[in-house]
Amino acid sequence: MGRVKVVHYLNQFFGQIGGEDKAGIPPQLKEGPTPVGQLLEKESGDRFEVMRTIICGDNYAAEHLDEVEAIVLKWVEEIRPALFLAGPAFGAGRYGMACGTMCKAVQQKLGIPAVTAMHPNNPGVDSAGKEIYIIETGDSTLDMKRVVSKLVALSLKVLDKAPIGMPQEEGYLPRGVRVNVRVEKRGSKRAVEMLLKKLRGEPFETELPLPQFDKVVPAPPIRDLAKAVIALVTEGGIVPKGNPDRIEAHNASKYCKYFIRDLNDLTGGEYQTAHGGYDPVYANDDPDRVLPLDATRLLEKEGVFAKLYDYYYVTVGNVTAVASAERYGREIGERLLRDGVQGVILTST
Amino acid sequence: MVKEIERVGLPAVQICAIVPIALTVGANRIVRAVAIPHPTGNPKLEKNEEVELRKKLLRTALRGLTERIQEQTVFKQEDLSSEAGKEK
Amino acid sequence: MNQLLLRKVFIQDVVFGDKTEASDHVLRINPEELVRYILEDRRLQSVAIKIARPGEKKRIIPVKDVLEPRAKLGGPVTTFPGFFDSAEPVGTGITYVLDGVALVTCGRLVNFQEGLIDMSGPGAEFALFSKKLNVVLVMEPKDNLGRYEHEEAVRVAGVKAASYLGLAGIAERFDEELRFPVATLGELEDLYRGLPKVIYVDMVIAQGLLHDNYIYGLNAQGSLPVLLSPTELMDGAIVSGNCAAPCHKNTTYHQQNNPIVEDLLAEQGKTLSFLGVIAMPVRTVLLDKERTCNQVLKMARFMGAQGAIVSEDGGGNPEADLMMLARLFEKDGIKTVLVTDEYAGRDGASQGLADVTPEADAIVTNGNGNQYVILPPVEETIGHLEAIDVITGGHTGSLRPDGFIEMEIAGIMGSTVEVGSENLKTIAV
Repeated sequence: MGRVKVVHYLNQFFGQIGGEDKAGIPPQLKEGPTPVGQLLEKESGDRFEVMRTIICGDNYAAEHLDEVEAIVLKWVEEIRPALFLAGPAFGAGRYGMACGTMCKAVQQKLGIPAVTAMHPNNPGVDSAGKEIYIIETGDSTLDMKRVVSKLVALSLKVLDKAPIGMPQEEGYLPRGVRVNVRVEKRGSKRAVEMLLKKLRGEPFETELPLPQFDKVVPAPPIRDLAKAVIALVTEGGIVPKGNPDRIEAHNASKYCKYFIRDLNDLTGGEYQTAHGGYDPVYANDDPDRVLPLDATRLLEKEGVFAKLYDYYYVTVGNVTAVASAERYGREIGERLLRDGVQGVILTST
Repeated sequence: MVKEIERVGLPAVQICAIVPIALTVGANRIVRAVAIPHPTGNPKLEKNEEVELRKKLLRTALRGLTERIQEQTVFKQEDLSSEAGKEK
Repeated sequence: MNQLLLRKVFIQDVVFGDKTEASDHVLRINPEELVRYILEDRRLQSVAIKIARPGEKKRIIPVKDVLEPRAKLGGPVTTFPGFFDSAEPVGTGITYVLDGVALVTCGRLVNFQEGLIDMSGPGAEFALFSKKLNVVLVMEPKDNLGRYEHEEAVRVAGVKAASYLGLAGIAERFDEELRFPVATLGELEDLYRGLPKVIYVDMVIAQGLLHDNYIYGLNAQGSLPVLLSPTELMDGAIVSGNCAAPCHKNTTYHQQNNPIVEDLLAEQGKTLSFLGVIAMPVRTVLLDKERTCNQVLKMARFMGAQGAIVSEDGGGNPEADLMMLARLFEKDGIKTVLVTDEYAGRDGASQGLADVTPEADAIVTNGNGNQYVILPPVEETIGHLEAIDVITGGHTGSLRPDGFIEMEIAGIMGSTVEVGSENLKTIAV
């Protein structure tokens, strides 16, 4: 039986190039496997042969996703492997996003099966969506061997076109698709049993997990407001007139930032709202009614706080997928933090 | 989004009209806005009155950024009070 | 202590005959007599009695309600209290059941929320009604009868027929007798002191035409929650006027045979102390929901409930009540399990419920009502086949030129019923 040719995608850390300091490296091509790749080969009983390893810095991938995807597709297409594997990414968000994106691209555009592995809360889970199998991992890389063996087992089934079992059996994350099945006990019996467990304080499993909104521990407050840099952000869709970057009126696929240093007021002549979910009349008449620039400048001049950040961030918070909104919030927060902002005022409609 | 900004370590306050939704979704610092189509404005007022209203709202929001809180808090526009942990 | 004796007469076939009676496991029906009885209601122009047996290549459509023939031994108390001359409390004494028979109301569509029952083929796998000997009333209303009158006429006809047939079962012989003690709260406390106290909240939708329920014959709109003993449900204290949607509306049959009541009673005195049932009307307006849910909380506290099972009736806005109740109960320390179904889309990828709350952490789902099926043509349709194009679960073109039906199981009576009679579940893959 011939060996299965595999191409493996990794980040700079697992690719043994470096840590955070090397997160900005562009994609590198390595012939043969890295140690994680060797582990994949070993766990597969040597059925897998990692022909190429693609290593890319997490920051580079996050900031140049399209470009990296194109490069990966090229390097994969050149040797047409039977399988594409990425990660495991565990809890690393940028890494997970890259893994999910690359797998989805390889599978959908080249028709090559692709599998990855990451923590259920990794934002990368959304990027691969319902199309790619993702083996579930915890946070700890100490689990690598177990994860790799699950990854290999599922990949072999995908390759052999064997029937794939339920998520709990095979170890992959449910892809969010719900199907009807017949079970032994009728609904009422299951309800009584579930209640008895709940009453006794025993663990039970709900049959319909609901989307939950977790709470965040409050960040430390600003200690000296007079010395603080404040940023304005809005979900109300206030954009330069003409909406040059085409933020969508609902289910926005992006957020943007616009330069406002030396600007003291937003006027209807130069700004507008792009948000499709509320009556635009008042915002278009005076955009300060949604993004309160004029008053913020006045308070800045009075010295209430030190400086208004040079940009404001904007997106449209109308029927925007929860996962997208979370990603925008996280990225905006990271960028503002990096640029020395100490507090954020966000308006929403 | 404001919850994710706070998660990164930046205090973030949300000015919004539907406070219960902000509470459900998990925002920690909330200031009630004027109305959905004009959270920081009131078309019924004269322009200079509107600017004063905005300043007042923003002062409340800035206060929200400087207070140490343990749980979700809706900051009211009165100078001295805030209303902690309202749910439902 | 009071008790209800439920005497089951097993019926293996239904035929027409000279006299309406049950003997040797056969139910004979005098059709003319039954028709005359039904047509005493002048609002109906005609009624045909049809029989559909399990395995027959028959389809019944559009179905409004299904009831089980049951009658009480002796008077003056009757099953389906409030529909005849008596509104006396039920749930004690002796009740006879024609086990294996179901009374189905059918005929001209009142409105599009009515459903379908297939007696064989893939459609028959979806609900228990395909395994019943169905006695179907196919009713035509008088011309120009208003929809409210039409609905009432067919609903009352169903109750009358179920009662009429139920009386035929009363005789010397019965095949199985189940004994249900009917205890007071004090008696339960004495008997089962150490066991957790559990209540069952039976939501009944009360939102208008074909979205109503009747408690002791009274329309539940405008009613605050009502305390019932489990056995009252067995005697038809709740009659359904709800049709939304066929897959997850609780028919009268489902209330008479409420499986949550049955399964809680099976644990009575062993693992729990089942205190009783609260029938909770569900309205559309937020203030009404708050009012009703808080009344239910008050009653639950008063009874000392420690745990509760809550079942939904219908879908959509009643999910707000489910969540509100979960919140109120859990915050008060009453452990809660919700029983519902979901509309997760044909691809199973949509969020299945209209509302959520963190306290709703224990949910039983009875399936995704959007599952798509193709049903083969049958030899005989009882009712009006063309109704499939307009009923919930169907769509324009549901009835294909080749006679096959393409539809969602939302249109199949009882397929995802939220009291949990079926063994369908949804899982994430």
